[in-house]
Amino acid sequence: MDSSSPAVALTGLVKRYGDKTAVDGLSLTVERGRVTAVLGPNGAGKTSTIEICEGYRRADAGEVRVLDLDPVRDAAALRPRIGVMLQSGGVYSGARAEEMLRHVAKLHAHPLDVAMLIERLGLGSCGRTTYRRLSGGQQQRLALALAVVGRPELVFLDEPTAGLDPHARHATWDLVRELRADGVSVVLTTHLMDEAEKLADEVAIVDRGRVIASGSPEALCHDGAENSLRFSGPPGLDMGSLLNALPEGAKAFEVSRGAYRIEGEIDPQLLATVTSWCAQHGVMPERLTVERRSLEDVFMELTGRELRS
Amino acid sequence: MAKAAATRDEARGTFTPAPGAAPLRRMILAQSALETRMLLRNGEQLLLTVIIPTLLLVVFSSADLVDTGDGDRVDFLAPGLLALAVLSTAFTGQAIATGFERRYGVLKLLGSTPLPRWGLMVAKTACVLVVEILQVALLTAIAFGLGWSPHGNPVWVILLLLLGTAAFSGLGLLMAGTLRAEATLAGANLVFILLLLGGGVIVPLDKFPSGVEHTLALLPISALSDGLRDVLRDGSGLPLGDLAILAVWAVLGLGAAARFFRWE
Ligand SMILES: Nc1ncnc2c1ncn2[C@@H]1O[C@H](COP(=O)(O)OP(=O)(O)OP(=O)(O)O)[C@@H](O)[C@H]1O
Ligand SMILES: [Mg+2]
Repeated sequence: MDSSSPAVALTGLVKRYGDKTAVDGLSLTVERGRVTAVLGPNGAGKTSTIEICEGYRRADAGEVRVLDLDPVRDAAALRPRIGVMLQSGGVYSGARAEEMLRHVAKLHAHPLDVAMLIERLGLGSCGRTTYRRLSGGQQQRLALALAVVGRPELVFLDEPTAGLDPHARHATWDLVRELRADGVSVVLTTHLMDEAEKLADEVAIVDRGRVIASGSPEALCHDGAENSLRFSGPPGLDMGSLLNALPEGAKAFEVSRGAYRIEGEIDPQLLATVTSWCAQHGVMPERLTVERRSLEDVFMELTGRELRS
Repeated sequence: MAKAAATRDEARGTFTPAPGAAPLRRMILAQSALETRMLLRNGEQLLLTVIIPTLLLVVFSSADLVDTGDGDRVDFLAPGLLALAVLSTAFTGQAIATGFERRYGVLKLLGSTPLPRWGLMVAKTACVLVVEILQVALLTAIAFGLGWSPHGNPVWVILLLLLGTAAFSGLGLLMAGTLRAEATLAGANLVFILLLLGGGVIVPLDKFPSGVEHTLALLPISALSDGLRDVLRDGSGLPLGDLAILAVWAVLGLGAAARFFRWE
């Protein structure tokens, strides 16, 4: 087993459905032992990309290597090594959660302890209920359990937290972190930027079938970042005077009546400058906050559109 | 490299990768057992595979509703309903179940596990055979209760049932793998009713005009019910003609299914 090659290497991937190009020359490298989030709006081509990696769909052009194998040609060798969580479905409508999980465990040589997994993901409450009657969140958690039960090296999770309540979402995040800690590579898709920010080591922002930015969440948010500082106070403060006190390149606005924003490299020095300027002018800066640029802002800047559509 | 492996071992956690397929035999056994449980748990499937054939056997044997020719009615009906049992499980039941498994991504998810596709097909066949054994046992017991006296060589009966199963499975999987699940549901039920009426199951084929009769005789259900009747009622030897018709359907059906089945 060559563990130096990347978990996934995609180069110039193209996928067309009829005359619609869903994936349009996408390139992406996923390192082993990392959590990589593929972030993008609806219809960006996330599922298409993931399903090409899983061997379900064939790329029309480009190169695909998963664990250094070809997902279609080497399917038999690859399948035991990956775990798959589909965006929806995948379970017999008449099967019970535990029954399905035990079944998929039996297809693997060294499966996880099913009882532990049921406990971890709160699936015990499903009892004897059949799949079609489980709640959306329960179905979602079962799908996650099915993806990991075979102790894979690499898991693909297609929107693992869609439709989950906050508690279940945290349970899922904890599980993903533990997978990483134990050396499993994780590729997940999401359109929740906070999820990508909190969970992922690497983020690839996908739009219209291409990766438009990638890197660690910190790097994406800070690179050349214009962070901002906001406060409120009496309306009509003299922004010209404030600007004179600030370092070169910073900007100051009264965004709306009595709401102020300062843009620039927000460091402790700048914060001190602002508060002392306020003190000199007898102004109490209320609700003073330093705002970091979010992935949402990054996406907006790159595409001029909202991530949530 | 060795050092890295050692550290990894010491830090062995719950999820530390240990990928691998289970032995093939275990995978196929587990899959067969699951498929059978799913089928037996499904009320509509039981109606189709158990209740309808049983009711038809009891009702049409007890009351003189259709002229079944000379001899005991049950001697005519029992072979026909054995054929219908095979049709209901291998064709209608399998088509509907597989159609919905395809629609709901079950086939897709199984495709990501170590179970090979041919293993899944072996399991499906095993499931069909298990259900057929239960059906045959039940129908035989009821027929005996109604005074049935079968003849002939049981080996020919088993051969007919197996070839019939192959023919209907091929056609059922062809339907499930190419049509939408709803279309399969409607189509498989419609075909079931048409073949029940026009396949020599309850109504003897000689009741139809002779041109129609000869065409209907080429249907797999007609070949199966006729072959079973020749052996079980009339004690005839190897029913070559009927076996040949079933073999042609089996080759065509399974071949087309293998060629056109779409997993998604
Ligand atoms: N099987 C298919 N046949 C035809 N078009 C498809 C098919 N699958 C996807 N598409 C189209 O390709 C585009 C990308 O779809 P894809 O499912 O990959 O997006 P996604 O990023 O996963 O979206 P979402 O966030 O909604 O899950 C969409 O415009 C979709 O309509
Ligand atoms: Mg998707």
